[in-house]
Amino acid sequence: MAQVNPATTTGAEGEVLVQEEVRAPQGWWWVIIHFSQRNPMGAVSGVMIIVIVAIAVLAPWVATHHPTQEADFRALREEPSAAHWMGTDDIGRDLYSRVIHGARISLFVALVAVVVGDFLGAAWGVAAGYIGGRFDIYSQRFLELMMSFPTLILAMILVLAMGAGVWTVIVAIGITRIPIAVRVIRSVTLSVKEYAYVDAAQAIGASSSRVMIKHIAPQCVAPWLVLATAHLGSVIILEASLGFLGVGVPLPTATWGNMLGGPVAAGLIPRWWMVIFPGLAITVTVLAFNLFGDSIRDALDPKLRGRT
Amino acid sequence: MQKYILRRVLLAIPALIGLTIIIFLVMRILPGDVLTVMFGEEGTLQLSEEDRQRIIASLGLDKPIYLQYVDWLKDIVTLKLGQSFWRSHTVMDLILNRGPITLEIAILSVILSWVIGLPVGILAAMKRNSALDYAGRFFSILFLAIPNFWLGTVIVLTLVLTLEWKAPLGVINIWEDPWQNLQIVWGPALVLGVGQAAYVCRMSRSALLETIHEDYIRTARAKGLAERLVIMRHALRNAIMPVITLSGVLLGFLIGGSVAVEQAFGVPGLGRTLVAAFFERDYVVIQNLVLLYGVVFVFVNLVVDISYAWIDPRIRYS
Repeated sequence: MAQVNPATTTGAEGEVLVQEEVRAPQGWWWVIIHFSQRNPMGAVSGVMIIVIVAIAVLAPWVATHHPTQEADFRALREEPSAAHWMGTDDIGRDLYSRVIHGARISLFVALVAVVVGDFLGAAWGVAAGYIGGRFDIYSQRFLELMMSFPTLILAMILVLAMGAGVWTVIVAIGITRIPIAVRVIRSVTLSVKEYAYVDAAQAIGASSSRVMIKHIAPQCVAPWLVLATAHLGSVIILEASLGFLGVGVPLPTATWGNMLGGPVAAGLIPRWWMVIFPGLAITVTVLAFNLFGDSIRDALDPKLRGRT
Repeated sequence: MQKYILRRVLLAIPALIGLTIIIFLVMRILPGDVLTVMFGEEGTLQLSEEDRQRIIASLGLDKPIYLQYVDWLKDIVTLKLGQSFWRSHTVMDLILNRGPITLEIAILSVILSWVIGLPVGILAAMKRNSALDYAGRFFSILFLAIPNFWLGTVIVLTLVLTLEWKAPLGVINIWEDPWQNLQIVWGPALVLGVGQAAYVCRMSRSALLETIHEDYIRTARAKGLAERLVIMRHALRNAIMPVITLSGVLLGFLIGGSVAVEQAFGVPGLGRTLVAAFFERDYVVIQNLVLLYGVVFVFVNLVVDISYAWIDPRIRYS
């Protein structure tokens, strides 16, 4: 366990530094190696995420065809073959290329929605927890109302209200994250608020905003990361569900949900490859994020550390 | 206990009013006017001025906005819930016709999730790091990652391709023909139930692991109680609380989730009605069905809170 990075122990600053390094070794490599040793699943899923993100970023080069414009009308509904690795869809588009490009949309929507939604929720949660009083009570009541709608239905009516589009889907999904983030971060804030160092900061005359940003927010980073990683997986499913129902990112954009929903909405019985591959893409991606989220939680949540 | 129940019921009333206000506001910030949303850009241009006025009047949109809201409240209180624009049904007809199937699916899947999830979770916590524990964790993590509508589509497709079997079409309620009805609901209930079992298993395992470390469990063990009794009588009673809360949350989640699964199986429940209403832009139906989902959720939470107080008497007095 007590692995010491030799490069840093022989640092120029002498003995004091060496002692500190033994107690709390620094450096990203050390963190990554230590994390991988304690959470092999975390390491594996981390690599999976890197691969998926790379595929998404490099989609135009990884794909063999254009996802929407290259429709081969002589090859409708063809089985997987050397020319079309995952077969073709109802109008002859290459399924492999569409799945690859789908990763792009899914990850982009999920990442932006989670980061923005959870960030707003966290800021709101810190404010509600720290300020308390009327503000806290009213915001709690309001958020409870928002949570009274099933997530999918809340997202559906928000998309309906704002009109279809990539950005409206992102905003709608982001809004569904806010109440959850507020609840988690507010409860963290409530417990951190009681610590002596917060009293001390208030006693020396720090303003409320300073206490919130400098003293409370840093304590919320770890739970926030756990929350956000967990949300990435569920948001990818949410986005796919919207696409499946035909109210997500509008056609002809290739998203995993759109690919699965198209034939069902048209009342057609899809061929097996049109169902299996997009669904597997969702499952593998969500699995990677969920496993990684679990490992992050084990690593960051002191209550569970060492027990599981 | 009665006082507690009364207080919780009274607290639900402002929540219900809040729901109507939020839905009303969201439905009114629709971009452009309602006609464009309902008929599309070109459809609206083809309408004559007379038709336009008539449609607006039939939707009650010619009145001032606060009167529209009051009208809606009246519709809710009298349980009429307005008229579908495209069909001759009132929304109440739709709910009474389609609702029972969705309710059946929801109840069956909650039962299924407890029957599968709870025993596996308890055993996994009792025999930590055993093969069973790993298998349970593996499957619960896997099922959390599989989108339920995809699992549904795969099941439907497999049955069609191998057995050439399809669920009967149309609305068949359990009191009309239980066997046919079961053929309609088993698929969605299974998919949703297995998906939820993953949550129940995970939650009961971690809740039980947390209580096992409490002092009173050590005491129970120290006085020589059999491990089975320690778990069943002492640990489970506290560990079950978060599982109940979870089931309440999940039931709400499930009602929403069943929308996509109903679509995958082609089951004519409320969810599919809602999706159809979205495509037809059936304004009144959407507004009232979304309200119904919210009301059900508030009601489920109420029941969860009350059962919480019933299991843990400390809550009643706080």
